[in-house]
Amino acid sequence: MDAFFAPFEYEFFRHSLIAALLVGMLCGLIGVYIVLRGMSYIGHGLSHAAFGGAVVGFTMNLNYYVGAGAMGLLAALLINQVSKGGKIKSDAAIGIVTTAFFALGVAIISGVRKFTKSFDAALFGNILGVTTDDLWIIAGVTLITGLTIFFMYKPLLFSTFDAETANIFGIRTGRMQLVFSVILTLSIIASMNIVGVTMIAATLVIPAVTARMMTDSFSRMLIYSTAIGAVMGVGGMYASYLFNAASGATIVLFGAAIFCMVGAIYLLRKRRALHEHLHRHGELLHSHPHGHQHEHGHGHPDGAQQEPEQQNRA
Amino acid sequence: MTLAIQLDDVTVGYDDKLIFSRLKLDIPAGRFAGIVGPTGSGKTTLLKTILGTQPCFAGRVSVFGHRHNKVPAGTIGYVPQLESVDWTFPVTVEQVILMGLYANSHIWPWPSRAERAAVEELAKRLGIHDCLHHHIINVSGGQRQRAFLARALISEPKLLILDEPTAGVDIKTQHDVLHLLGDLNADEGITILLTTHDLNAIASHLPWVVCFNNGLVAQGKPRDIFTSSILTRTFGGDIVIVEYEGHFLIANSTPLHIGEAGH
Repeated sequence: MDAFFAPFEYEFFRHSLIAALLVGMLCGLIGVYIVLRGMSYIGHGLSHAAFGGAVVGFTMNLNYYVGAGAMGLLAALLINQVSKGGKIKSDAAIGIVTTAFFALGVAIISGVRKFTKSFDAALFGNILGVTTDDLWIIAGVTLITGLTIFFMYKPLLFSTFDAETANIFGIRTGRMQLVFSVILTLSIIASMNIVGVTMIAATLVIPAVTARMMTDSFSRMLIYSTAIGAVMGVGGMYASYLFNAASGATIVLFGAAIFCMVGAIYLLRKRRALHEHLHRHGELLHSHPHGHQHEHGHGHPDGAQQEPEQQNRA
Repeated sequence: MTLAIQLDDVTVGYDDKLIFSRLKLDIPAGRFAGIVGPTGSGKTTLLKTILGTQPCFAGRVSVFGHRHNKVPAGTIGYVPQLESVDWTFPVTVEQVILMGLYANSHIWPWPSRAERAAVEELAKRLGIHDCLHHHIINVSGGQRQRAFLARALISEPKLLILDEPTAGVDIKTQHDVLHLLGDLNADEGITILLTTHDLNAIASHLPWVVCFNNGLVAQGKPRDIFTSSILTRTFGGDIVIVEYEGHFLIANSTPLHIGEAGH
């Protein structure tokens, strides 16, 4: 047991663990909207754009967050603008804008020979890289994102479900899109040092899709996804210390393990439910997959009575 | 006479493609009208223009006297095509209906007691009370149609617009939905405008028909509009209209001949 708690004696580990907890919650929360909007790779793209911004910022002696934040926000707004007309879909816009910004960063790294800063942490996540300032920034972004989602729950839900109809119903979908882009970019930049540019897409998507398998309710999906993100962050960070591996990789692997476990239970339950729906009338084995047999009736031409099990369920 | 919808010399298009130009169309308050026309005739664009989501190149659109894009939230209820709905989205029937109140709701994420009560009452009236807590994919086509209709009605709109409400549902559901709309129009005076491809359904259920093909072809009562000449001008081809005990049956006059080997 002592060995389990041993790493908690180190301040850097406590910092990393708190950061991973917050980042996991943050990614889990915002990931729900990303997954339901069908833009799972936005995290991947924006983190690459922010990376490009961080490199540009470094060459200009700017703070990491300033460079990454400016470029990330610019990329998010450009994606909205490029995909606005409808001819270019958002996935294509993500591909163009964010890769171009990332390419700018790569070009600068390869072109400036005197480059001394290592960007490994930004790419793969680093357990040692979390400073007190980083913690405050992650906590601040988590709070802002949480409050925004809480107070804009209704318009965000409607515009995520069907933006065009939401607009007709008086929801300011343009404003919602802008607000969402800002909190998404902030979340990605705050999370980048912990999970890394290359791993962030999975950190955003895994909790949300896992939660989706667990519930059909949007509000519950938000809660489950945030909780799964927290478990994934803390578990993955601990594994990172234990196996001396990049924190981004261990967080994603931990999340993938949770996804597989929940997925297996989901499939088993689905199979069982389908089996329960199947029932027999003489030689005829059939089911009512939509669960609304009361509406279309169960009229068998021969007037056969339902099986006792079916009667009980009805 | 109060006008629910007034289009005055309206020209609409996408990029360099003109959909209709200098369209004049007045729909009085309290009317229950169906727009018919061939695929690509601009029916949905016309609806979007009235709804304020399609900008006009020229002209003026008013809904109950309010200019295009300045119509107060809740004035128009809208039911989109069911085909455009993401059925895997994690929402229940109740949550879908509540969305209709979001534009004027309080800031907290949960619904108020009054909102819940309004949903329950409307759901009871539309016969979907039993499935309020079901996920939208787990209810029948008719219940889904009613859920989205309830979302449009919950804010007590003066104008209800439905895009293809008869598409993708069986003939019984079609009949039920159109009857329900007829009752809403008669009992509460809601102006209803819908698009459909189902001429037979419109002929037997709707009191007013607008024939549209990149412009207004004709409008009037089904008895006056469902003539070979008007329908041919609207759809092209030869159309036969059979009247039987006050009901219209509309069909293409050129039947498909199956060859000798086909039987």
